[in-house]
Amino acid sequence: MSAHFDLVVVGAGPAGIAAAIAAARAGRSVALVDDNPAPGGQIWRHGAHLPAAARKWLVELQASSVVPFYGWRVIDHPAARLIRAESGADCTDLQYDRLILATGARERFLPFPGWTLPNVLGAGGLDAMVRGGLPIAGKRVVVAGTGPLLFAVAGHLAARGAKILAICEQAQLGHLASFARCLLSDPAKLFQGAGYMLAARGARLHTGCWPVAAAGTTQLESVTLCQGSRKWTVACDYLACGFHLAPNTELAQLLGCRTAYGFVVTDDLQRTSVTDVFCAGEPTGIGGVELALIEGQIAGLAAAGKLRDAQSLVPRRQRKLGFVAALRESCTLNPSLRNLADEDTIVCRCEDVRHAALRGRASWRDAKLHTRCGMGPCQGRICGVATEFLFAWHADSVRPPVLPAMVSSLASPGPTRNQPASLSAETAISAHSKETP
Amino acid sequence: MPEPAPTRIASTSASAPPVALTVNGVPLTVAPGTTVAAAVCIAGAHARTSVSGEPRGPLCGMGICFECRVTVDGTPHRRGCQVLCAPGMDVRTS
Ligand SMILES: Cc1cc2nc3c(=O)[nH]c(=O)nc-3n(C[C@H](O)[C@H](O)[C@H](O)COP(=O)(O)OP(=O)(O)OC[C@H]3O[C@@H](n4cnc5c(N)ncnc54)[C@H](O)[C@@H]3O)c2cc1C
Ligand code: FES
Repeated sequence: MSAHFDLVVVGAGPAGIAAAIAAARAGRSVALVDDNPAPGGQIWRHGAHLPAAARKWLVELQASSVVPFYGWRVIDHPAARLIRAESGADCTDLQYDRLILATGARERFLPFPGWTLPNVLGAGGLDAMVRGGLPIAGKRVVVAGTGPLLFAVAGHLAARGAKILAICEQAQLGHLASFARCLLSDPAKLFQGAGYMLAARGARLHTGCWPVAAAGTTQLESVTLCQGSRKWTVACDYLACGFHLAPNTELAQLLGCRTAYGFVVTDDLQRTSVTDVFCAGEPTGIGGVELALIEGQIAGLAAAGKLRDAQSLVPRRQRKLGFVAALRESCTLNPSLRNLADEDTIVCRCEDVRHAALRGRASWRDAKLHTRCGMGPCQGRICGVATEFLFAWHADSVRPPVLPAMVSSLASPGPTRNQPASLSAETAISAHSKETP
Repeated sequence: MPEPAPTRIASTSASAPPVALTVNGVPLTVAPGTTVAAAVCIAGAHARTSVSGEPRGPLCGMGICFECRVTVDGTPHRRGCQVLCAPGMDVRTS
């Protein structure tokens, strides 16, 4: 048996929540599916200490008619207007008239010696662990990588009692300055970098600086940082290191949605190139929580047939696009970061494939075939993003399951996979991506 | 195939009682809303051993990297960062 909904929303981050609520208000039956045990996505999950605006959305969601599937991950699209989700050993199919993909983004990680040691995490990764109950008070933390997330994380961890020893941003000060100008010109002050900086006071901000090695016997004990020709080592308990975000576009690609520059292409009403499939939030361009909320509402309204209401929000979306561009610019990786990994550095953490084994490979496919790089449970979600930067490889086409599935989930026969609809004339004319170089 | 079983938001209110579970057989009490991955760290254990024998712990905290995978109540390969601790839970690292 499978359940039918007018609308299925994948991803219960800000974009998915806004979409689900908007469509439910318009009288549609809505299912909201998320891998996590609770809604909220990267920023609002793990309940406590949420800003009032976030709590308002979550309360409204709970009061709505939206049917939650939390702890369910979508792994396949076995037939037209059908997605398959699994939870532990359970599996279910959800039928939809329309589908909204609000699958968010993940952190980009770059390999460097020692990055596989326990207690070296992503910046968002450590933040999520702390939200999930990891005690951080009194711990010495180095925050490194790139992007405004570093400041958000440093601020949050400092507020929880962590000692932030250093914030290392790979971008040079000049790059950050243009981003700061953009923040100031946007009264919403996405990421509120300045405020977080104050909260993390005591922390030194180093620009043009990154970790070159992490060391420890069974877990992290110290990290060596470099800034130009200067190198120094800092004893610490945690290294929170992430190099901005990469969009989760695997499901969109499986469905056949057109992508450009790695992002899902949509029109003004968040319609993808596949009929009745919409996309909102980070997969269409990294733009922060406010843009995700606006896009979610547009997608939800449009998918519910409220085209005029959806259209009325489009100008608000347009005003945020300058931020997307400034963010992309400020997070451009310094080419020197390609030299971080030495030949012994593990690049694929699932299969322990080292840099030396990958160096001579012609492509991602060649590397997969000969080294098992990207063949482990994360299916290249970590190393695929890294090798794209390191070797300019591009992942090949996505095959189900989009996340490793229990074998039983895939065994059940389904009708033939539907073919992606070709780009309709209307979509082709107005299709664009937030992300153009 | 089972009927879909919608899940409601897990309670994370401070007033909820602490959760008692075991990690590698050792009893541990955590605040409600604590993830299995955090509990494993609190217990001082590493989630898993890599194919070449390295100890590994959580990286992404969001269900992507699979570095936090552990056995929960006999089910292997559960991502600890995506599972909340529940009373009586038996968590095993490898
Ligand atoms: C620590 C941290 C602090 C931040 N601080 C700020 C801030 O101060 N201001 C700001 O503007 N932005 C901030 N951000 C960025 C912000 O989180 C994102 O901009 C926002 O969450 C994007 O919303 P989204 O709905 O597009 O995606 P997400 O919040 O990423 O939600 C996507 C959801 O989809 C789920 N999902 C993906 N694939 C599947 C699947 N196949 N099956 C089931 N579920 C799936 C994911 O698990 C996730 O829950 C922060 C991010 C982090 C990590
Ligand atoms: S820490 Fe990455 S999946 Fe849990």
